[in-house]
Amino acid sequence: MTDELPRTNAAAHAAGGDSHPAAGEPLLRIEGVAKTFGTFRAVDGVSLDIKAGEFFALLGPSGCGKTTLLRMLAGFEAPDEGRILLGGKDVAQALPHERPINMMFQNYALFPHLTVRDNIAFGLKRAGMARADIAARVAEMVALVKLDGLEKRKPDQLSGGQRQRVALARALARRPQLLLLDEPLAALDKKLRESTQGELMQLQRRLGMTFIIVTHDQEEAMTMADRIGVMNAGKLAQVAGPRELYEAPRSRWIAEFVGDINLFDAESKLRDGHRLVVGTRDAGKLVVAEPRQPVGESRFSVAIRPEKVKLSRRGPVSEAGHETAINRLDGVIADICYLGGTTTYKVKLDTGGMVQASVANSARLDVDAYSLNQQIVAWFSPDDCVVLPS
Amino acid sequence: MSVRRIFARPARFAAIAPYVWMVLFFLVPFGFVLKISLSQTAIAQPPYEPVFDLTAGWTAIRAAFAALGIDNFRLIASDDLYVFAYLRSLTVAATATALLLLIGYPIAYGMARLPKRWQAVAMVLVIVPFWTSFLIRIYAWINILQHDGLLNRVLLALHLVSRPVVWLSTDTAMYIGIVYSYLPFMILPLYATLAKMEPALEEAASDLGAPPWQVFWLVTFPLSLPGVGAGVLLCFIPIVGEFVIPDLLAGSNSLMIGQTLWLEFFTNKDWPVASSAAIVLLVVLLLPLLLYERLQRRQLEER
Repeated sequence: MTDELPRTNAAAHAAGGDSHPAAGEPLLRIEGVAKTFGTFRAVDGVSLDIKAGEFFALLGPSGCGKTTLLRMLAGFEAPDEGRILLGGKDVAQALPHERPINMMFQNYALFPHLTVRDNIAFGLKRAGMARADIAARVAEMVALVKLDGLEKRKPDQLSGGQRQRVALARALARRPQLLLLDEPLAALDKKLRESTQGELMQLQRRLGMTFIIVTHDQEEAMTMADRIGVMNAGKLAQVAGPRELYEAPRSRWIAEFVGDINLFDAESKLRDGHRLVVGTRDAGKLVVAEPRQPVGESRFSVAIRPEKVKLSRRGPVSEAGHETAINRLDGVIADICYLGGTTTYKVKLDTGGMVQASVANSARLDVDAYSLNQQIVAWFSPDDCVVLPS
Repeated sequence: MSVRRIFARPARFAAIAPYVWMVLFFLVPFGFVLKISLSQTAIAQPPYEPVFDLTAGWTAIRAAFAALGIDNFRLIASDDLYVFAYLRSLTVAATATALLLLIGYPIAYGMARLPKRWQAVAMVLVIVPFWTSFLIRIYAWINILQHDGLLNRVLLALHLVSRPVVWLSTDTAMYIGIVYSYLPFMILPLYATLAKMEPALEEAASDLGAPPWQVFWLVTFPLSLPGVGAGVLLCFIPIVGEFVIPDLLAGSNSLMIGQTLWLEFFTNKDWPVASSAAIVLLVVLLLPLLLYERLQRRQLEER
């Protein structure tokens, strides 16, 4: 994960959110696309550019419109408004079989009456490929997804993981310009899901193909994607790389949807040089770095991720001169949740609010572990706080 | 196994119930018919001999057994009348079943693609004719098809024909009656298979480059074959033995086996020959059934 970060951020910056890319046309341009079912506006004016070779994730809660958007890209739904440009050509009204786009379905949708080989060859036969070429391509795909020896099986003779591979091979066989993946790992158990995530990323890089994945699992999106588009109520709430999305969410909703976060509603604010002193009801005065976009007179919250909240018995270890800038909250430990790698403590603050702190369990025998109802100091740096409009 | 244990295990009881039913209402009557088919006709009550009399003692029963023979089957095999009746029954059933499939499949497919709440309405519409007696509906067709019936009046009014067409007592009328009566039996199994088919399968096919007609022939139709098989059997088998519809709507120049049977029983009072004809019909019908079962088992084994 760590060695992905530079590339990920570079990709995010080069693409510059949903504005126009610096050089060349994007592979896919979605322009003001909207879709209404009855009175329900499933997709509400989405615009997005995706570059060739990108691994893009559409992330959102169920019902946010991400699947509808994907289905419009595949051609199963026609948008009511907007254009979908693939390589500069509008394909919004083209039928699914006329698009150089393939999709891997959520439950794989393997043809139960066909063998693994015939499932993979299905799209190649429709393309009118010569028999010898089909055989060669199927063999290549079988090797690519490591299904050797299973070519003659029917889908119901395969395990869930194997079925997933057949679905992937079938979708990749036609070498589409764009591969859509609808919750491709949702049916796998956790261990298999994690190893498959890695394989999908390797595959995508090796083939240099463009992937758009739909998922409700933010960890999955963060792990795999170069960029993530977070959807909520039919709209794209933010498009950014994983790190930017996590560390600089654009709204309170995104901050809460992606990972855990402590939020304190602001009641007053005071400027202090390049810092802001914010009065909150639940946590008293908090010092935060001046946000990039000034908050003006609008209501806002101060947000801090749990792993950036430190705990100690006697307060922050003072590094000369920095203590004034540090947010220090006194309280007692109200709840302890041991998760293996980390422990989450809920601290009931003397000021009335609650703050969550996630602490890495760096030693096996932690004789110093905090206990319930223990007096504690929670503290965090102003630079780790994010100011979010409410 | 004691009765108490049978009831303590409802699943086991449920498993033997169909066998009890089959023995009581199929195997035992079949035994009677088989016995009569091996007897000789007689002017008596009942109209055949020998008659088993369990009170007459062992030697009498042995003599009765010795009197049984397969003469009736020889007669049926040698007489063109029966052979033609069987052939006609099979031809009519095959033709009607093909028509039913051609008409029923699009209807079932359309139903399965309706929005969920309309599917229930369509289902009721398919079943609703059953609320009227079958016989009354056939008589209604006679009314429609007769010389000055509704069909002829409509055709005349539309100037499609210049004088009334003879419908009644023709094969056309018989096919209309059969297709009309059996359509629900074709639609329902087809609809059941098509409705539970995952829509993503058709989407996947079109996503992989198949135009709509290929989606149908390569995915939808092969996957609906169990429903096709069930519908075909549900129609074909009873149509082979059909009596009422051909008797009321078709002409009398060529008879189906059901009509021949009826004649033997009620006009000729020849119970043994009629029973033999019924046994042969059963064997003829068992063949496609066994074939279908073999096919299904092979499909299961392939999985």
